Amino acid sequence: MIKIAVVGQPNVGKSMLINSISNNHLKVGNFSGVTVEKKEVFINFKGTELDFIDLPGSYSLKDFTPDEKVTSDFLKNEQYNLIINVVDSTHLKKNLYLTNQLLELNRDMILVLNMIDEADKKDIDIDVEQLSSLLGIPVLKVSASEKRGISELLEEIVTVDRFGNSENKVIYSGPIEEEIGNIVKFLDERDFKDKVLSNRKVAIKLLQNSTEMLEKLHNTLLWVELSETLRESLEHIYIHFQEKNMENIFSEERVAIATGLVRETVKFGTPKKSKCLTRKIDDILIHKLFGIPIFLFLMWGLFQLTFEIGSIPMDWIDSGVGALGEFVGARIGDEFFRSLIVDGIISGVGAVLLFLPNILILFLGIALLETTGYMSRVAFLLDGFFHRFGLHGKSFIPLVTGFGCSIPAYMSARTLKNEKDRLITMFIIGFMSCGAKLPVYVLFISAFFPVEDAGNYLFAIYLFGAMFGLIGAKILRVLVFKGEDEPFVMELPTYRMPSLFLLWHTVKSQALMYLKKAGTFILVASMIIWFASNFPKYNQSENISDIEFQKYSLENSYLGMIGKSTQPFFEPLGFDWQLTIALETGIAAKEIVVATLGVLYSLGDEVDETSETLLERIHDNIPFASAVAFIVFVMVYLPCFAASIVFIKESGKKIYFLYLVIFTTFSAYLLSFIAYNIAKILE
Amino acid sequence: MKTLIELRKNEKAIITKVIATGDLRERFISFGITKGSKIELKNCSANRDNIEVDIDGVFVALRKDEAKQIEVSKND
Repeated sequence: MIKIAVVGQPNVGKSMLINSISNNHLKVGNFSGVTVEKKEVFINFKGTELDFIDLPGSYSLKDFTPDEKVTSDFLKNEQYNLIINVVDSTHLKKNLYLTNQLLELNRDMILVLNMIDEADKKDIDIDVEQLSSLLGIPVLKVSASEKRGISELLEEIVTVDRFGNSENKVIYSGPIEEEIGNIVKFLDERDFKDKVLSNRKVAIKLLQNSTEMLEKLHNTLLWVELSETLRESLEHIYIHFQEKNMENIFSEERVAIATGLVRETVKFGTPKKSKCLTRKIDDILIHKLFGIPIFLFLMWGLFQLTFEIGSIPMDWIDSGVGALGEFVGARIGDEFFRSLIVDGIISGVGAVLLFLPNILILFLGIALLETTGYMSRVAFLLDGFFHRFGLHGKSFIPLVTGFGCSIPAYMSARTLKNEKDRLITMFIIGFMSCGAKLPVYVLFISAFFPVEDAGNYLFAIYLFGAMFGLIGAKILRVLVFKGEDEPFVMELPTYRMPSLFLLWHTVKSQALMYLKKAGTFILVASMIIWFASNFPKYNQSENISDIEFQKYSLENSYLGMIGKSTQPFFEPLGFDWQLTIALETGIAAKEIVVATLGVLYSLGDEVDETSETLLERIHDNIPFASAVAFIVFVMVYLPCFAASIVFIKESGKKIYFLYLVIFTTFSAYLLSFIAYNIAKILE
Repeated sequence: MKTLIELRKNEKAIITKVIATGDLRERFISFGITKGSKIELKNCSANRDNIEVDIDGVFVALRKDEAKQIEVSKND
């Protein structure tokens, strides 16, 4: 088996390349930080097992952010056979900086010039053979998006000679080469031989002050003489560069080498059209006055669409679920099973399925933001504003991911370098309502507000959530996570047309994931809720009516008992015991909130024969002010079970989860209380 | 000495010195922000809190404080 580390700067198409190789689909985006954890893909090519490891994008191997640390740690400490360095052919000079650092690792390496199709369009002509001979490693032209050069790459991987170490041909500037020569001469004369490295490599490591190499040689007999030679060499270099920091000197060397390589191997054509296009789009989208309004308008549009388009199939699904319930109900004789299936499973799972269209539209919108390159622009636009609230512009990326799901959002917070920025961002990700909360909002908005304004209300809910989040961030920054500001330096990637295939894939995998969750987790949860709301069984006495008895049974079921015993706590927010228990079951997963309401109000259905669908039942059973307070509470309170686990893992300390619980519960209660009282006045 | 933040919109210049040290310097270098490179100020946000520069076709966003750490000299 060949283990291959795929490395490159952010946004050069590493994940896309692995997708093209494997037809497996990793997530691909157009901003830094899509691959926050390393991912593995196995394929078999001509009888050889290939194991591709997709490492987070890194600008350099200097551990700037936690996700870059994942990459450099892997490259330095783990076992692998080959590095594939993926570079963006249209920005070769910048990319070759990392290539130079990778070459210093002395491993077998293939350089992949990705996005060669874009380079062709921009009339950038790269002399592959020349580049390959200058670097001393194989170089291939590839276009991951057009699937060009993929089989050649696989062929190269299985045929390339591997000796565990390869000697690259990077040449440093005169003064450095001179001193490398002096040290090599010294080592050769003393017949020194390292087990793996050539004397040239040893000399370079010594000049770079590699502690590992210094320690290794410290115990040898030639150390005394060697240290003297080394000291002299360093003196010469210091004088020449007027700088005593070898790290800085080598950084500049790498840039110089990259510049030299580009000069010798790349021919640039006439002015590049698409570059101008990115500039023109930027002039509008990040305009100092219109930029933020345009962003808000786009977000508003997304929520309008989420509601408007989503509500069309929603009506069909709602009446379909109702019809299915009646159809199935009429065919099951046994009362126990009829109720379990119709009131439990169909109502619970049906309530969740209702919102599939909304969720898909929302995820499609987020995918568009990610893949086009707009996301980084918004980070740029909002940095000034965020900064005032103690956040970093880059926080926007995890935050907007949070509109989809908190789990990837917590993980993408790793692109923030500063620990405090990262923690504050993680604390407020919950305020960005995730996709699973969307059903609650849509359900309540549909039940209480006219359809024409529904999209606006939805947008307002998200906007309020985000505002609460910002205020929360400020409070945390002032009271808990005090500290210095982190520099804001961020690449704004070239705009790209999103690939239709990729968008389709995003929507499809989200749909499947949602359906799978509805069919397994939610199904079981609905059954549990049904059981808990039907037991213990009571005997109907002579003097009360059927309707009163049903009400009595439900209120005294296990679920009713729990709900009722905790309901006083929520009394100031106007919640009845049904809403209370829906919040409590919702801690497991937010979708269960609607599933619970579906089951509870379906059982109570007989109380009021006029309400046919869930929407009507909600409207008839819940007072307006309580509904508003409920929305606000759901907006802010605890993340779901799965997200909590990821939060603990990503924040690094269990105590932070306790803080999160206190912080979100307190905020939810307070804000909900305020909302309830304002709504009561307005009513 | 002029720093990056003092450039006008669409003004081009040559970087004469990167004052930043440590991690930030390394980050600048890995973006291609090094002595001798051509740089152009492309866009700035309200109050000039943030700027966008074009460095050899790579677009980079910076905050004001970081931009002040890059000295430039005007050159066609």
